[in-house]
Amino acid sequence: MAVRSRNFYLVPYLLWIALFVIAPIVLIVYYSFFDVEGNFTFDNYAKFFTPVYLRMTLNSFWYALLITFFSLLVAYPTAYLLTKTKHKQLWLLLIILPSWINLLLKTYAFIGLFGTYGFTNAVLDTLGFGRHQILFTDFSFVFVSVYIFIPFMVLPIFNALEEMNPTLIYAARDLGASGWTTFRRVVFPLTISGVTSGCQAVFIPALSLFMITRLIAGNRVITLGTAIEQHFLVTQDWGMGATIAVFLIIAMAVTMLFTGNREVRTKR
Amino acid sequence: MKQLIRLFASVFIAAFALMYVTSYLNSSQGYSGGNTLTIYNWGDYIDPELIAAFEEETGIKVIYQTFDSNEAMMTKIEQGGTTFDISVPSEYAISKMKEDNLLLPIDHSKLPNLTHIDERFMNLSFDPNNEYSIPYFWGTVGIVYNAELLDGKAPTSWNDLWDPALKNQILLVDGAREVIGFGLNSLHYSLNDTDEAHLQEAKSKLAALTPNIKAIVGDEIKMLLANEEAAVGVVWSGDASEIMGENEKLDYVVPEEGSNLWFDNMVIPKTARNIEGAYAFMNFMLDPEHAAQNAEYVGYSTPNKDALALLPEDISGDERFYPSPELTEKLEVYDNLGKKMLAHYNELFLEFKMHRK
Repeated sequence: MAVRSRNFYLVPYLLWIALFVIAPIVLIVYYSFFDVEGNFTFDNYAKFFTPVYLRMTLNSFWYALLITFFSLLVAYPTAYLLTKTKHKQLWLLLIILPSWINLLLKTYAFIGLFGTYGFTNAVLDTLGFGRHQILFTDFSFVFVSVYIFIPFMVLPIFNALEEMNPTLIYAARDLGASGWTTFRRVVFPLTISGVTSGCQAVFIPALSLFMITRLIAGNRVITLGTAIEQHFLVTQDWGMGATIAVFLIIAMAVTMLFTGNREVRTKR
Repeated sequence: MKQLIRLFASVFIAAFALMYVTSYLNSSQGYSGGNTLTIYNWGDYIDPELIAAFEEETGIKVIYQTFDSNEAMMTKIEQGGTTFDISVPSEYAISKMKEDNLLLPIDHSKLPNLTHIDERFMNLSFDPNNEYSIPYFWGTVGIVYNAELLDGKAPTSWNDLWDPALKNQILLVDGAREVIGFGLNSLHYSLNDTDEAHLQEAKSKLAALTPNIKAIVGDEIKMLLANEEAAVGVVWSGDASEIMGENEKLDYVVPEEGSNLWFDNMVIPKTARNIEGAYAFMNFMLDPEHAAQNAEYVGYSTPNKDALALLPEDISGDERFYPSPELTEKLEVYDNLGKKMLAHYNELFLEFKMHRK
């Protein structure tokens, strides 16, 4: 009886996985073998290896890497300082708070902030730097993306830092390690799991960003996400859209595998 | 186990209760099968007062839903989940929906007000004899410019966009047919051209425009131009009239090489239930007074000649939105190029977007 009821509790989970994880992936792979007119073909895959899509892939990876790097650069010190503050839960809440607001709204706000006659330029102007084009540049794209992803980076790092046993730091200091050595040899290796899961949480969605590329980068940055959106909504070339999605899934699996292994190694 | 069953049961009970409440609320407000009309139209594309007037006149309750692209609308009608009685697709979408058997033929004898429509807008290539569609609005694609930011210069042709003085000053609407279309037009080719050599020529010409382009955006283009974020924009005429209403420094021109002439027509999709109601609504909207009121509210060009006569002179005499016959000659309607060619246009557009400054 006990075994049977345990299996019974598994049913919703298995159903969920089958319906919302496996079935969509199978459908995507299936669609990727059809052209616009519904004929079976491998052309979509051949097309992916043409310079246009390869450059797009390279672009996506490059920007995703930049976004992840800058998020980490901001998030690690933030998380570290958070663990030292008095009301850390409150501060953490304040950092997570913006992620409760709709993404589109935040992005629209940046159009206003970064515009030629927006707030940022008004400040620059009064300080005597003159007006510059901020909107529709690489800078604004990376900046806004980093802003949006920071909570996802801070949270796992904060948790990893919290879990760390503080006596290890005292031990390191007692044994004569300098502040920097303690951080490099003790703190950072112990929180690497937080860093990798943070990087995964940022890098993978950053690969397929699409809305920000239009609203903030004015379609001057074209990523795989943009191409998928266009193929599904405008061209109705579902085959090509699905093919790009297949490559994104592969890329994500590789990323997970790569970062996952490091985590295991450091745990030992 | 018991808890789980109890949980499921309470969810079911709650769901049925809610279903009962909605159906009760709907019927108490008069929303039931026979006397409702579901209209599926572009956002902000009708004077809401006209809907109220129609409800009062006929006693039919109108359910009004909106879409923001032909493709999204077609997908929803194809799936057939909702019963739309009237929709307002653009011309190329109409010919595609016809091919896919998504439309019902229209009986002209049930539309006495159809005589008010200008002959020019009837019997066009996308729908011969208006078998499936009735004109609603029409317009052009052109250039919106801010004369003040351009030091008094005013573009008159597509080729003016390539002027080096416009460096980083142009906003384009994010549409493959519009952008490739004006690329072809600037070379004096048809915007329905399918000749590969011509398309490649247009593509390399567009590549040379890259330094002048500030951004390629969607609906935000209206807000950005009104805020003087850029001096020049390529937009649809209706958007232009809306932007000009917000910022008086802006002006609109239909380029002399020719441009796109588009139509949004009313159709009855296959999903329709209240077909009589759909005819009543179409006839209501074709009435010159109602059409004039709608045109004044929406700002697009009306195909209704008797409504045009009712409009004030400063609207009906405005050559920017009701171009002269000579210019109209040079305007072209988008042909349905077929899925394959459309995919090719999009491919070219994607390559164009990938050019870095």
